[in-house]
Amino acid sequence: MSKKKSEPGSLSLYVPEPECRPGDHPDFSEMLIPKAGEARKPPVDVDPMDIHDLAYSVIRVLNKKGEAVGPWAGELDDDALLEGLRHMMTLRAFDARMQMAQRQGKTSFYMQALGEEAVACAFRMAMKPGDMNFPTYRQQGLMIAGGYSIETMMNQIYSNELDPMKGRQLPVMYASQEFGYFTISGNLATQFIQAVGWAMGSAIKGDTKIAAGWIGEGSTAENDFHSALVFASTYKPPVILNVVNNQWAISTFQGIARGNAATFASRGLGFGIPSLRVDGNDYLAVYAVAKWACERARLNLGPTLIEFVTYRAGAHSTSDDPTGYRPKDESSTWPLGDPIERLKAHLILKGEWSEERHTQAKAQIESEILQAQKAAEKHGTLHNGPHAPAGSMFDDVYKEPPIHLIRQRQEAGL
Amino acid sequence: MARMTMIESIRSAMDVAMEKDPNVVVFGEDVGYFGGVFRCTQGLQKKFGSQRCFDAPISESGIIGAAVGMAVYGLRPCVEIQFADYVYPGYDQLASEASRIRYRSAGEFTVPMTVRMPTGGGIFGGQTHSQSPETLFAHVSGLKTVIPSNPYDAKGLLIASIEDDDPVMFLEPKRLYNGPFDGHHDRPVTPWKNHELGEVPEGYFTVPLGKAATRREGSDVTVLAYGTMVHVALAAAEETGVDAEIIDLRTILPLDLEAIEASVRKTGRCVIVVEATKTCGFSAELMAVVMEGCFHHLEAPVIRVTGWDTPYPHAHEWEYFPGPKRVGAALKKVMEHT
Ligand SMILES: Cc1ncc(C[n+]2csc(CCOP(=O)(O)OP(=O)(O)O)c2C)c(N)n1
Ligand SMILES: [Mg+2]
Repeated sequence: MSKKKSEPGSLSLYVPEPECRPGDHPDFSEMLIPKAGEARKPPVDVDPMDIHDLAYSVIRVLNKKGEAVGPWAGELDDDALLEGLRHMMTLRAFDARMQMAQRQGKTSFYMQALGEEAVACAFRMAMKPGDMNFPTYRQQGLMIAGGYSIETMMNQIYSNELDPMKGRQLPVMYASQEFGYFTISGNLATQFIQAVGWAMGSAIKGDTKIAAGWIGEGSTAENDFHSALVFASTYKPPVILNVVNNQWAISTFQGIARGNAATFASRGLGFGIPSLRVDGNDYLAVYAVAKWACERARLNLGPTLIEFVTYRAGAHSTSDDPTGYRPKDESSTWPLGDPIERLKAHLILKGEWSEERHTQAKAQIESEILQAQKAAEKHGTLHNGPHAPAGSMFDDVYKEPPIHLIRQRQEAGL
Repeated sequence: MARMTMIESIRSAMDVAMEKDPNVVVFGEDVGYFGGVFRCTQGLQKKFGSQRCFDAPISESGIIGAAVGMAVYGLRPCVEIQFADYVYPGYDQLASEASRIRYRSAGEFTVPMTVRMPTGGGIFGGQTHSQSPETLFAHVSGLKTVIPSNPYDAKGLLIASIEDDDPVMFLEPKRLYNGPFDGHHDRPVTPWKNHELGEVPEGYFTVPLGKAATRREGSDVTVLAYGTMVHVALAAAEETGVDAEIIDLRTILPLDLEAIEASVRKTGRCVIVVEATKTCGFSAELMAVVMEGCFHHLEAPVIRVTGWDTPYPHAHEWEYFPGPKRVGAALKKVMEHT
């Protein structure tokens, strides 16, 4: 909705509106989707001033037919692609199981990454042991692609006796130093500047490790996003600033954070940070761009900002029902398709995969997830326990409990 | 009169205030088209248009800072912070700005704004959907802080807050949205429609800021509480048989010192029940008020029942939450002292 031309004395407020709401026919015709292979690939030491166009384009590798084309293609061999497919399928099956477990009352809450699996799964493969992610609640793909135990993730979701977080955190708020997964905060955007600080630490110590910060497009409105860009542009630490634009922030469309102008990637340009926009549902493109940015970071060339263009195909969380604010069929008309289907088609085209093998793999993954779920549930679920001992609630507030906490714990009889 | 949940009465308050005064505007994350994650603003955009009720970017400092600017312009913004746990990015705008603009400009500029937010635990929300940060507002000179315990008060207090010429923090105990939760998490909650305080006038009325209400008269001990803890204290009094006088503070700043003093001087005993953490919490302020105003009338040491001084846990919610058992034990203990 454009602001009306007004006579002096008749100002009005511009409030962006999405193209369609429930009952409307979903329409993405306004969306700019360049052809796969079209975007150029600059050298990693490019002057950020020379690649402004890449912040407004969309880097894509897989075309409609499923072929990998253009300068960003050819980064992954067939085994790596098959592994990527398996990671995404595992993530999707895992999400579906845990969503159902929440519905069955086994835990309080769940958040899926449905439709955006390629982003975290492919990005993780460009990182090395020792690197650190500062994720949001929707990057569980980093854990799965990184080889973290599915059963342990479930223990966390159930807050059961084996939950490494001792029942303290909401489901999906994992943490692991070893797997490069910083503890998730419920407070949006705080992690983005922390990622920059971590990378500054690595630079100060002359280390080789790099960091990746993650943020949803809606949360780029928070101050911490802007602080991160300032610090990253000032000190040029080895950090990758990832904006996952899945079009929605609960019920709020991306135009509210962005103002229906520019792109999220272009936010980096004013800071002189090389900024790329990539098809987030294209596993090959995500990986290629991630690799480019990681290489820049490791070569001490500084930060890169990446906008992943994707779509949140599921509800925001188990507390949300998107039919209240967007058309039911919007996700099926999303023009960048489904990441699993697209990689699958590519592998079939290459003769590396088939419908049959896909069906078999799906069944096998689902049964593995089910086994892990059974094993996790032996150690308890949220409402039936067992949990970490209740007294452990008083641990880790400080390294050593001060006297008032010791007394409170006694008073609680725990 | 109509039967309303606390969500409906809060919505009705904004509706009535917006109808009465075209300067009242409502915005916040997801509050426009969708009507808020707790549905408190449902229908307002449809009725009043997107110039007066709209979605905000996810920026609490932006929401509160913009509200300050609009209030300075002359509007009466009533903004929503999605959960009290997310107010911190906006704290500078509250503690350094909204609270002091009248004072530093000697009344040249004022900030008639209301900041609503769901507060408190009881919904398995973990550490970022359960906090009770009221002390952080009450500690700042220049802010008012309101915490209703039922639909009737919520509506009357919210209209009064919107009409107030100073910035008001309006904390809505989310566990009370649908019924008077008394801490017995294993029992169904009576819906507000079966509760006398769920009966709410449909039109305009106010409940004045700074006035406490006596929810139960008694002669043994005074219980000072607000929000969800009012209902927990009522349950504890019934279950222990202690004849407690339960004072619902309703606004913690301004605080109804006279009501507190009158009751404690009458009963000679006092139990303070606050959901928030203990150290430097509002319970400490209440304790000090009682000591300063009623020391010579006290027959027993004052007892506080509060949340523990840890972040709010997920799995151990009911070991953390100050429920009727702990409050009942405090009532008995304060009566043992002779
Ligand atoms: C500081 C803060 N404000 C508000 C919220 C409530 N909230 C949780 S998720 C969310 C939407 C985030 O959207 P986006 O950043 O796009 O991420 P997505 O959920 O789409 O992955 C909001 C408003 C919060 N968790 N923290
Ligand atoms: Mg989003």
